[in-house]
Amino acid sequence: MGRQITIRALKFDPQSAVSKPHFKDYQLEEIPSMTLFIALGMIREQLDPDLSFDFVCRAGICGSCAMMINGRPRLACKTLTSSFSENVITLMPMPSFPLIKDLSVNTGEWFAGMNARVESWAHHKKEVDITKPEERVDPDEAQSVFELDRCIECGCCIAACGTKLMRENFIGAAGMNRAMRFLIDSHDERSDDDFYELVGDDDGVFGCMSLIGCHDTCPKQIPLQGTLAQLRNKMVKVGKAR
Amino acid sequence: MKVVYCDALVVGGGLAGLRASIACRQVGLDVIVLSLVPVRRSHSAAAQGGMQASLGNAKMSEGDNEDLHFLDTVKGSDWGCDQQVARMFVTTAPKAIRELANWGVPWTRIKKGDRPAVINGEHVTITEREDRHGYILSRDFGGTKKWRTCFTADATGHTMLYAVANEALHHKVKIEDRKEMIALIHHGGKCYGAVVRDLITGEIVGYVSKGTLLATGGYGRVYKHTTNAVICDGVGIATALETGVAKLGNMEAVQFHPTALVPSGILMTEGCRGDGGILRDKFGRRFMPAYEPEKKELASRDVVSRRILEHIKRGYGANSPYGDHVWLDIAILGRAHVEKNLRDVHEIAETFAGVDAADDSLETEENLKGMPTDEPDFGPGAPKQKGWVPIKPMQHYSMGGLRTDYKGHSHLKGLFCAGEAACWDLHGFNRLGGNSVSEAVVAGMIIGDYFAAYCKSAELDISTHIVEQFIQKSHEHIQELLHNDGKENVYEIRERMREIMDEKVGVFREGHTLEAAVNELEELYKRSKHIHVKNKKTHNNPELEDAYRTQKMLKIALCIAKGALDRTESRGAHTRLDHPKRDDANWLNRTLASWPDPNQTLPTLEYEPLDIMKMELSPDFRGYGAKGNFIPHPLKEQRDAEIKEITERIQAQGGDRYDLQEALMPFDLQPKYKARNVRLDDQRQGE
Repeated sequence: MGRQITIRALKFDPQSAVSKPHFKDYQLEEIPSMTLFIALGMIREQLDPDLSFDFVCRAGICGSCAMMINGRPRLACKTLTSSFSENVITLMPMPSFPLIKDLSVNTGEWFAGMNARVESWAHHKKEVDITKPEERVDPDEAQSVFELDRCIECGCCIAACGTKLMRENFIGAAGMNRAMRFLIDSHDERSDDDFYELVGDDDGVFGCMSLIGCHDTCPKQIPLQGTLAQLRNKMVKVGKAR
Repeated sequence: MKVVYCDALVVGGGLAGLRASIACRQVGLDVIVLSLVPVRRSHSAAAQGGMQASLGNAKMSEGDNEDLHFLDTVKGSDWGCDQQVARMFVTTAPKAIRELANWGVPWTRIKKGDRPAVINGEHVTITEREDRHGYILSRDFGGTKKWRTCFTADATGHTMLYAVANEALHHKVKIEDRKEMIALIHHGGKCYGAVVRDLITGEIVGYVSKGTLLATGGYGRVYKHTTNAVICDGVGIATALETGVAKLGNMEAVQFHPTALVPSGILMTEGCRGDGGILRDKFGRRFMPAYEPEKKELASRDVVSRRILEHIKRGYGANSPYGDHVWLDIAILGRAHVEKNLRDVHEIAETFAGVDAADDSLETEENLKGMPTDEPDFGPGAPKQKGWVPIKPMQHYSMGGLRTDYKGHSHLKGLFCAGEAACWDLHGFNRLGGNSVSEAVVAGMIIGDYFAAYCKSAELDISTHIVEQFIQKSHEHIQELLHNDGKENVYEIRERMREIMDEKVGVFREGHTLEAAVNELEELYKRSKHIHVKNKKTHNNPELEDAYRTQKMLKIALCIAKGALDRTESRGAHTRLDHPKRDDANWLNRTLASWPDPNQTLPTLEYEPLDIMKMELSPDFRGYGAKGNFIPHPLKEQRDAEIKEITERIQAQGGDRYDLQEALMPFDLQPKYKARNVRLDDQRQGE
């Protein structure tokens, strides 16, 4: 027999006139290798078909299942129930994103807005002939771009961000990281000055209070602290020159 | 009733759908992409290993070209594929990867000089030429003549998907997420869009379009154990099946991967065994040498899968709450090797199974109890170590799908399909590693372009009355699910379906068990009409969604099981114990499944022959298993003679490989994609 655990989940349906936010407890017997993906699946199938949550890859790759787990933003699929010594695990939806229902939040809309704002594509005017060999890229540059391109848009950095709570339109670490990814990519011809137009304000790099909750909670261990500092440094130089 | 109009409707926001939507924008069409989830979360992101494209840049890729990629793909398919489609694909793949590079995919690049590698268990040094520094690198994958798999570390699918999604944003593609297609609107054999349900509000809206393209991915979730994401339920193509006009091809062609982690189903890469990792049974015995003395753990994917299950069936699997499994032991390689060379595997095992895969310390000797002493072939037992990783074969890839012609057009006019959802048919009965994300993006280019051309010329000659009827019917179906007096529980039905698929329509198939599967699935299908949904809300109701999806998934399961029952041969991943030979004389064809009458409870099957006289490569021995394990097609000798005659003639005329290919099997492809691929060697020679 595994230990008895309690999953305590926030329930609230903003589309219902009668629903009020409340916690509901679900008792489960813990089994070996039990992740919150497995636990929540069992709850839906056996205890409460109405509990809403999001999973897609269930392998820590897609970023769908971020939620507040014992007060900290994490990917539920990658979280083992055995990693908590207490018998009660409390689940809440991430703050800073519109609530859909229960543990499900609308990250898609937020990230679509962020991508539009930083114009998240490689800007260049060349006509490229794809029958010919590709442009050379320094292997180290490709590796550095890849390191930042690993962001899975899960929203943990946004949920962990103090600035975002106070500043509605703050772009967050995910947005600054995305800008930096294109800034160092030689396929993108935009200058530091161009990026200043996109992120050189209080809703961008200059709003960041450097609390670095983003860095601490990123499930992909993207080096956000250094990346943000580097970007801000570049933007300060542009700002001073103006 | 709300109706939205557009020129082109794309259902599915993975690699294939997004790339096709860009093709639509390039010719100025008003295109809408519908996605179940925010587009960057699709299953395309999960592809780790890489994308096949014959660039021939790196040392181990030198001399690679379209011909070799074609040969590998056709052999891999066990001659079940459409060879003209394979030609279209291998010709376009190098262009696809170069386009993606240009869009910013940070492909891993060649570094000049020496680098260490392990080939056949031997440590070797590979030296890259200075003039190749900075071009795209390729890695080795099973079943290929050259190192052809281009990659970005172990996150290839992720970087590809993000680049294509970024470019879709650049082209102002309209994307709507958390939207699910629940029916296709069609009339007079022509498709006019879809009925779509908003997964947040529950609103049902008609999307009317000149053309519709499905890029809805595979159907692995009809199995209990699968490496697929939870959204890969096959509901997209099931909805196409429900038109009664569109047909599904080769649904019985399902690929299984031998080493998926228990219970999560996440893949443990083939590299574990490539580096020297071994498989152990519950007594710690290394059993593979007894079954496959030559290749042992490194026999081909389908062979290893079969042996593991055979061994478990003998009662030698380790027990767990998630069923019996065997162990993958990579601790044998030493901690330094695991932590350096198998870093991700190490992390995945740690996170999802709570196992430190490098830990070779003793856990228990209990596992040795009851070991038979009269089976020396299976090797000596070993006490259980802490680092053994639980694995077993699981469903991995869907070769079958919505049957289309080479332009991606289905039997229903105006309905196109691309990517894993389609039976285009690039993969036949077995897909080569690295050809899946590659197909997704290449099909998005080629089929996307044909689709865009269709939408440009098509007319919207449908009355709003018919559109409203379809919306009304979907609305009624939802109400019926919510308010019937049935007693069936959706989760019990879905779970039983998945168990049947695993137990009876898995790696090994046999007439009597397949027959039992079909009967039981048909019974479940009938029961599914009486599913009772407890939660009565029309919006954001996961139970309701599972109810209508399960009804559709059962149709997919029936197409697979019935297809497998009737196909009395073994080809690629379809293994019939009672019909072990590949039978070209009777089965060189494609299974087509349709559902013309909504009241029928089994699919209608028919067969579409593959024309051997048009093949560039006639069906032959695939290279493993017993030689001569196939029954030749009666026209094989005639085609072989023709191929020989054509080859000699072209060679006598001094023709090159392009002339020969064109003479053997001419194929249609947009000129921009058919243009010859220039490689570094060609350039050097030209200088």
